[in-house]
Amino acid sequence: MTDLSFVRSDMLPERAPPANEVGMVKWLRTNLFSTWANSLLTIAAFYVIYLVLANVLPWFSGGVWTTSSLSECREVLQGEVGGCFSVLTERWNQLIYGFKYPVDLYWRPNIALLLLAFAAAPVLFFDLPRKLLLFTAIYPFVAYWLIWGGPIGVPVTAFVGILGAYLVFERFNAANFAAAGLAAVAVAFSLWFIGGYLVDMLASDDPLLTPVASRDLGGFMLNLMLGVTCVSLSIPLGIALALGRQSNLPLIKGVCVIFIEFIRGVPLITLLFVASVMLAYFFPPDATVDLFLRVVIMITLFSSAYIAEVIRGGLAALPKGQYEAADSLGLDYPQAMRFIILPQALKISIPGIVNVAVGLFKDTTLVSVISMFDLVGMIRGPILASQEWNGVYWELLGFAALLFFVVCYGISQYSQWLERRLRTDHR
Amino acid sequence: MSSITLDHHADRSKMAVSDEVAIEIRNMNKWYGSFHVLRDIDLTVYQGERIVIAGPSGSGKSTLIRCINRLEEHQEGQIIVDGTELTSDLKNVDKVRSEVGMVFQHFNLFPHLTILENCTLAPIWVRKEPKKEAEERAMHFLEKVKIPEQAHKYPGMLSGGQQQRVAIARSLCMMPRIMLFDEPTSALDPEMIKEVLETMVELAEEGMTMLCVTHEMGFAKEVANRVIFMDAGQIVEQNEPEEFFNNPQSERTKLFLSQIL
Repeated sequence: MTDLSFVRSDMLPERAPPANEVGMVKWLRTNLFSTWANSLLTIAAFYVIYLVLANVLPWFSGGVWTTSSLSECREVLQGEVGGCFSVLTERWNQLIYGFKYPVDLYWRPNIALLLLAFAAAPVLFFDLPRKLLLFTAIYPFVAYWLIWGGPIGVPVTAFVGILGAYLVFERFNAANFAAAGLAAVAVAFSLWFIGGYLVDMLASDDPLLTPVASRDLGGFMLNLMLGVTCVSLSIPLGIALALGRQSNLPLIKGVCVIFIEFIRGVPLITLLFVASVMLAYFFPPDATVDLFLRVVIMITLFSSAYIAEVIRGGLAALPKGQYEAADSLGLDYPQAMRFIILPQALKISIPGIVNVAVGLFKDTTLVSVISMFDLVGMIRGPILASQEWNGVYWELLGFAALLFFVVCYGISQYSQWLERRLRTDHR
Repeated sequence: MSSITLDHHADRSKMAVSDEVAIEIRNMNKWYGSFHVLRDIDLTVYQGERIVIAGPSGSGKSTLIRCINRLEEHQEGQIIVDGTELTSDLKNVDKVRSEVGMVFQHFNLFPHLTILENCTLAPIWVRKEPKKEAEERAMHFLEKVKIPEQAHKYPGMLSGGQQQRVAIARSLCMMPRIMLFDEPTSALDPEMIKEVLETMVELAEEGMTMLCVTHEMGFAKEVANRVIFMDAGQIVEQNEPEEFFNNPQSERTKLFLSQIL
């Protein structure tokens, strides 16, 4: 029998790892050349990358930027490889703003986009001072006025109505949640009603900003407007639907379940056709609901159903103990949701919500099917159909892909930053 | 079962039981679906009592204390906490919950809030206290459970024992008149069980009314003025700890004690 007893007399000090186990050499070895087969694959992969670049780079570097039609491009290139990027420079305004937005008014959407950065910042980066949210609150009305123009009374009335509703709700919320909600809705509608009369009475023939009709909007601007509006509307609506689906009240639960299941079961394109053609049947004959608004409603309803399901997943992932702890401390339902349940459920749902948001943003190109001239609509319609640029597919669609990629990649990077920022455990 | 011995011996002279009723449970019955979990429970708890509820798993002891702040609903009988009867009236339920603190087996701290925010959230929003005041009291209780230096960390960065002490501090910040403990040490390592139990002993010495579901019989002997033994949804035996452990009456109790001691 061997002696099994062992006593350590001194503790071992820490040592540096062996030299060939650190740095660049180690990285290359483990990742690119770990075995014979992997080394061969690495070399093959580099060759494929070379082939792709060797063909694509001359297309970029030999590209033509200054001609005014495809045939001129071909003359300049003389059979050499090169893209005809002139279409982008020559039709830049159309690609970005559409072909009907008045050229001398481009500064208005530009300012709206610039202000969007300031409005979105405090929402996206919550370390910024909370007072900046005041600007976020008025931004939609400012942006509406800038882009559509017309009498300033319209956005002011809309804002006053919502402000009044908010103040009434805050005033009576403590006493009774439901009654406060109803009172707020009543106040908003009566303010809008009165405001409508005042706007009609005071409207001058020559408003400060020239009005621009919704059908004159177009280009990537239209995609951005639809994307931003629909994402920011569908997240709160999705949260409400997800909570409604969990409700103990059969009526609320039933309405939410039917809504979500119906909307998810219908293709977006169908809903858009409904918006463009059929929705008119549901309104009184003399009511004209703006096409942009109808499309916004449909896309918002569509994506809110998806977001609701994503958030339901987040809610289901929370341990029951979180609800019980909130209850045991005496928090009521709105407080428990606001401070305990939703912050955690939304955090879990971030990847899913971003997935829906990115999908939504790209789906805004579907409006080209109902003859709205968004970026893709502009390319397919006025630009490719024109005599000068008939046939320039790669450059135009590549440019559209690039614009969408930049925005979607930005959203994706933001969401990853957000996930890291919200991580409170040490993993 | 329990091998934890407490260094700090409870000073029973400070634990006075008044004759003011804190909780009154009359003829209470509860079902989960068709399963009869609690049967004809009658229990009067006086202000200042420290009651340990013991029993095999599935005997309904957790359900009983969860009924006291209506995390579970009872179907028959009455539960009156500090003069307020628990009914489906949410106002009463919220009133009782703000006076009754609860500590859970799995701590249930809010992982997205710092320790200090965990402790101040309910005082600020339920008791409508100014933030500064709530923070001062939170720090006071965090010092009492001996972890003031962790105030700005998140729960995920703390050990289990520390988390459970935060959970106790969080409940205390609501200034409850009654504390419920639902197996507060069952999810902890032995070293940590001790630090949590010692916190609970100190709380008892300050005269807090406590109902504690636990398997820590050492704690029961040290602190409790009454031990309740439950089985199959009913109270089988209750007595002063000394009598309960040395001279159990029912066969069921004897069997249970022989298995755990």
